[in-house]
Amino acid sequence: MDLNQDRLVSMYRQMVLIRRFEERAADFYREGKIGGFLHLYIGEEAVGVGAIAALEPQDYIVTHYRDHGHALARGLDPKRLMAELLGRATGVSGGKGGSMHLADVSKGFWGGYGIVGGHIALAVGLALSAQYLDENRVVLCIFGEGSTNIGYFHEALNLASLWKLPVVFLCENNLYGMGTAVERASAVPSVAAKACAYNIPATRIDGMNISTVYEAAALAVAHVRSGQGPYLIEAMCYRFPGHSMGDPERYRSKDEVDRYREQDPILMLGKQLESQGILDEGGLEQIDHDVSKVIEAVAVFADQSHAPAPEALHEHVYAHPLNHREGAA
Amino acid sequence: MTLITYRDAVRDALREEMHRDPRVFIMGEEVGVWGGSYAVTQNMLREFGDKRVRDTPIAEGIIVGAGIGAAMGGLRPVCELMTVNFGLLASDMLINHAAKLHYMFAGQVKVPLVVRAVGGSGRQLAATHSQSLEVLFAYIPGLKVVMPATPYDAKGLLKAAIRDDDPVLYIEHSLLYPIKGEVPTGDYLVPIGASDIKREGKDVTIIAWSRMVHVALQAAEILGREGISAEVVDLRTLRPLDMEPVIRSFMKTNHAIVVEEDWRTFGIGAEVAVQIYEQAFGYLDAPIVRCAGAEVPMPYAKNLEALAVPTAGDVVRAAKELIG
Ligand SMILES: Cc1ncc(C[n+]2csc(CCOP(=O)(O)OP(=O)(O)O)c2C)c(N)n1
Repeated sequence: MDLNQDRLVSMYRQMVLIRRFEERAADFYREGKIGGFLHLYIGEEAVGVGAIAALEPQDYIVTHYRDHGHALARGLDPKRLMAELLGRATGVSGGKGGSMHLADVSKGFWGGYGIVGGHIALAVGLALSAQYLDENRVVLCIFGEGSTNIGYFHEALNLASLWKLPVVFLCENNLYGMGTAVERASAVPSVAAKACAYNIPATRIDGMNISTVYEAAALAVAHVRSGQGPYLIEAMCYRFPGHSMGDPERYRSKDEVDRYREQDPILMLGKQLESQGILDEGGLEQIDHDVSKVIEAVAVFADQSHAPAPEALHEHVYAHPLNHREGAA
Repeated sequence: MTLITYRDAVRDALREEMHRDPRVFIMGEEVGVWGGSYAVTQNMLREFGDKRVRDTPIAEGIIVGAGIGAAMGGLRPVCELMTVNFGLLASDMLINHAAKLHYMFAGQVKVPLVVRAVGGSGRQLAATHSQSLEVLFAYIPGLKVVMPATPYDAKGLLKAAIRDDDPVLYIEHSLLYPIKGEVPTGDYLVPIGASDIKREGKDVTIIAWSRMVHVALQAAEILGREGISAEVVDLRTLRPLDMEPVIRSFMKTNHAIVVEEDWRTFGIGAEVAVQIYEQAFGYLDAPIVRCAGAEVPMPYAKNLEALAVPTAGDVVRAAKELIG
């Protein structure tokens, strides 16, 4: 399951795309063009990109509100993602979901969700549909370590294991749930250790190393696809910016952040590509340059898109317009 | 037409829909081996097997959560919550998830889910097992809430709910399971969002749903003997609420009583009354009356429980005062 050179380069490109996308989103936020909460994925790119690379096109993804990176890694249109962040009609969710609720079902991307832990239950249900309909699908369910102390996590793991449902649980352990360090919230600070309570095989890996992530995800996906039931991966990682924009970050020191920045997954993969002679410095710069161009176009598209029409307010509350008394006696 | 119980009507609807559509399945606590805690799903495990009749752990969040996910993925799950009281543990799933996904993702996701639950009081189950919580869910745009009162409506509404593309909360009443009623032999649906006149009259409109429809009908019977002609409107669906038959009836009777098992303050009756005021103010001969549940946690003692729920006598008294 080694990664070939082209694959590594395309993963590098995806990570850079996510980084630049997030930086541009932060700028839009500061300009007042993005409202609500904005949770950035900077620092955690290797987890999403590495794990999603192990999926097939028919597989499903269900994730939390820190979802931009996952959406980009799955190949959702960056223009329509940025438009969603700006609340425009061209956005993937029609401007009705915003940053936390990105979805493109045509790509098996069933959404980001804003209620901590809730989507873990939905992922298990999607896995049930795949098993019931005998579809060859794996559901990748992504959440933070802070979500593993909520009831849903435990109910979901129990049922998934009991019914041998095809789901890979991917925990992004970035050490903090908002401002609460994992040891201050979880009696068992290792999420992988929790999986044994449900008889689910689990592994704890370095989530800053994309090859490690990819290999672990490929093994997990193969296990799940073969019908042996769920698998859990705990990817140790770190988010460089605050929990969301405007986080005063009183819970950690600048030194700590700087230490983790030395393990920046993009820098590390860049170095690896150079040392293996796959790309030289110019090659890396070229990627950065190309991606910056893409992001410029993305920003222009999003900014020039229209807000949703006022009629959209009442659309999609129900699957069909309510037709009171239709067929009534 | 055949004469069957409310319980059989619910079961027949489930069975017929499962025979019609292989994507329909049921899951919940004790639905399989036990046969349903109110015996609704009796023998269904034997008939359909454990892929389609799924016993679950006692975990309401995942029962409804997995139902939502399965519905998103193309199935038509019918989840059973033993009682609507336990539905509170799944209320985040219903309110923050089922009701939101179609809108929040701009139509990309559909949630054709039915959640069945038993509501109401009358069996001395005390405070935590006797509530009428329909208003909590009927308040939520994106959900549909139905509460049938008769075997005919129970069967037709459940079939309609299973075929509906939106999440439907279907609340049964435990005291209604043994009641009997006429049901057509073939396939039929009762539309969601259509109130129904259960008895015609001209002096006063009595509005009710679920078990209170029977209380209203009993009161109308007594009133009839005393020369007051009452019309009984069964709401059947609380969201979307169909006020048309209520308003039409009220324009004729100019008097209205809402009979509700739930609590008066902020209850369904308040919404019904205000809509009458908004839509038919000029037809008002007297203030609208609410006969509602006592505003207390349900007590256990038989005599106290009986005092907490509206009776036909209460409705008769209210009607006489109103018309008097
Ligand atoms: C049920 C619920 N409770 C609280 C919140 C507020 N909240 C949003 S994110 C968050 C922290 C979650 O941490 P974690 O799961 O570790 O994910 P991370 O943000 O670190 O990626 C909290 C408490 C919420 N959205 N939902």
